[in-house]
Amino acid sequence: MNAKTLYDKLWDSHVVRQDADGTALIYIDRQLVHEVTSPQAFEGLKLAKRKPWRTASMLAVPDHNVPTTNRAAGIADPISRLQVETLDANCAEFGIVEFKMGDIRQGVVHVMGPEQGATLPGMTVVCGDSHTSTHGAFAALAHGIGTSEVEHVMATQCLVAKKSKAMLVKVDGVLGRGVSAKDVALAVIGKIGTAGGTGYAIEFAGSAIRGLSMEGRMTLCNMAIEAGARAGMVAADDTTIEYVKGRPFAPQGENWDKAVGYWETLHSDDGAKFDATVELDAAQIKPQVTWGTSPEMVTDINGHVPDPASAPDAVKRSDWERALQYMGLQANTPISEIKVDKVFIGSCTNGRIEDMREAAAVAKGKKVAANIKLAMVVPGSGLVKAQAEKEGLDKVFIEAGFEWRDPGCSMCLAMNDDRLESGERCASTSNRNFEGRQGQGSRTHLVSPAMAAAAAIAGHFVDVSKS
Amino acid sequence: MRKFNLLDGLVVPLDRANVDTDAIIPKQFLKSIKRSGFGPNAFDEWRYLDHGEPGMDNSKRQINPDFVLNQSRYQGAQVLLARENFGCGSSREHAPWALEDYGFQVVIAPSFADIFFNNCFKNGLLPIKLDASVVDELFKAVATNEGYKLKVDLERQVIATPDGKETAFEVDAFRKHCLLNGLDDIGLTLQHVDDIKAFEVKHRAAQPWLYA
Repeated sequence: MNAKTLYDKLWDSHVVRQDADGTALIYIDRQLVHEVTSPQAFEGLKLAKRKPWRTASMLAVPDHNVPTTNRAAGIADPISRLQVETLDANCAEFGIVEFKMGDIRQGVVHVMGPEQGATLPGMTVVCGDSHTSTHGAFAALAHGIGTSEVEHVMATQCLVAKKSKAMLVKVDGVLGRGVSAKDVALAVIGKIGTAGGTGYAIEFAGSAIRGLSMEGRMTLCNMAIEAGARAGMVAADDTTIEYVKGRPFAPQGENWDKAVGYWETLHSDDGAKFDATVELDAAQIKPQVTWGTSPEMVTDINGHVPDPASAPDAVKRSDWERALQYMGLQANTPISEIKVDKVFIGSCTNGRIEDMREAAAVAKGKKVAANIKLAMVVPGSGLVKAQAEKEGLDKVFIEAGFEWRDPGCSMCLAMNDDRLESGERCASTSNRNFEGRQGQGSRTHLVSPAMAAAAAIAGHFVDVSKS
Repeated sequence: MRKFNLLDGLVVPLDRANVDTDAIIPKQFLKSIKRSGFGPNAFDEWRYLDHGEPGMDNSKRQINPDFVLNQSRYQGAQVLLARENFGCGSSREHAPWALEDYGFQVVIAPSFADIFFNNCFKNGLLPIKLDASVVDELFKAVATNEGYKLKVDLERQVIATPDGKETAFEVDAFRKHCLLNGLDDIGLTLQHVDDIKAFEVKHRAAQPWLYA
């Protein structure tokens, strides 16, 4: 038998039918639903008088529009409120399980799913959100889809797809002190570019990846889309199985044993062929900071803002010039001299308990710098929040001068009231530094939770590997 | 879905790489529960000088005269000429909805982000990948010729410049079929109900925990 990649195995086990040109119908095991990309899909279903194929495969949660303060008052913005109410009504009408705003299980959809055990190894997982790649950390085939496809999966339990190419990103060695999965993700994107993974499904492997917790693997797969790859994945191992065990939606009893037996096969076979391979040495990865308006515009904490004159081609040069102008940065400025106005710790990239712990470890016993207008920590879910409070992390943050908020997408994309004012500069643990992402005129620097906390304390970027 | 076959459309050049879906349609407009009406807010932060919010009367807003879409020579454009990695970022289908609602029927670029590319076909919008050198030539031609139009023939898979020079493009056979006939995928997929049910029986036997 031919040696298969993990991606081959996941793909092959879900093909319902395939045409000669490679166009296939693939079966979807889990669809996660949130309020922003689902209303038009539900409306389409209703207009066509169709019913969801398998409601038990769906799990819904509002996250993008929810406020992170004063929840008792509800959602102030009437348009946001209507969108969340529309999700509630659709889930009630079709009998879909939803964790509403007041539910402790509510949170960012990509934090909530794995936390509930709703994401399992071997599954195909989709959601109308590009960061669905997160779930690939469980050796699942997971990717974001558009709203037409959300409706398609609801109606047919399938997706029309063509197989992607396979890329292996191998990171061997041991990560240095203060260097986390976020830094690996940004280093990979810095190396291959934001379109480097376009057309590929990426498998992250190597000893450094094996050494990551599930939280770290989720952070890494989350940002596969920032490298252009719709799906990122990591092979299943004991870390995966240990994480899933005992979660509400995880298999139990006899099914558990059977499932584990299958999950243990979810890795690339020796000798499996990849269409592209990228290798990184873990020991060489330093804490990363983006300086521009695309995640590939990144360097490490010891680096400088680049000079557009040194750009490799004309298109890049004008991109860099535009980025520096937008970001209000001068070429050759040391990264460590960049002062920030606000700090955001949270999101589907870095809103999990481990992220809270890493940030709290830096903030403990310190105070947020005087030039910081706002430093906020937004846990990824109500359960992450509860766990952090059990560990006393909320007190660490509050004593240091951070705000401790309720769970949601928050300032990652600023759809709720959490946003930057024009020209404000933010150290953010989110995933995108696009123009306007955190509010019109916002200036985002993507960093790890430890780096964000350290920037809040120092008022500018500092090297956490040296502290 | 609207059918697409032939177009002879005015071209507007958007000369920057990595145009992301946040730029194509900013997040505040994603609060809508409808799938139409996004056109006036396509490229909102580049197109207007003031901050846009849903429900505003866009005709009363401050236009950014420097933004290419606002220049008089490009009014009525149906072909968007772009640089590499167009449509990167979020999966929001609001991006192709906004472009289509604005009046675009074709986007030409050296490369597209996967999810955006896929979403276009669901909405009667044809994304065409051409070699970077060909795209470069088109940028030069558009800049120097006011009223520059391109003919796009999906059936024959060619674009033609005003002087009659044709360039072939690739398009997936299934997607081409759907676009030419204005077909939506769900109806087509439901022709395979028996296959899906048969798969489900097999899948349930192999991984019963998925159905517990």
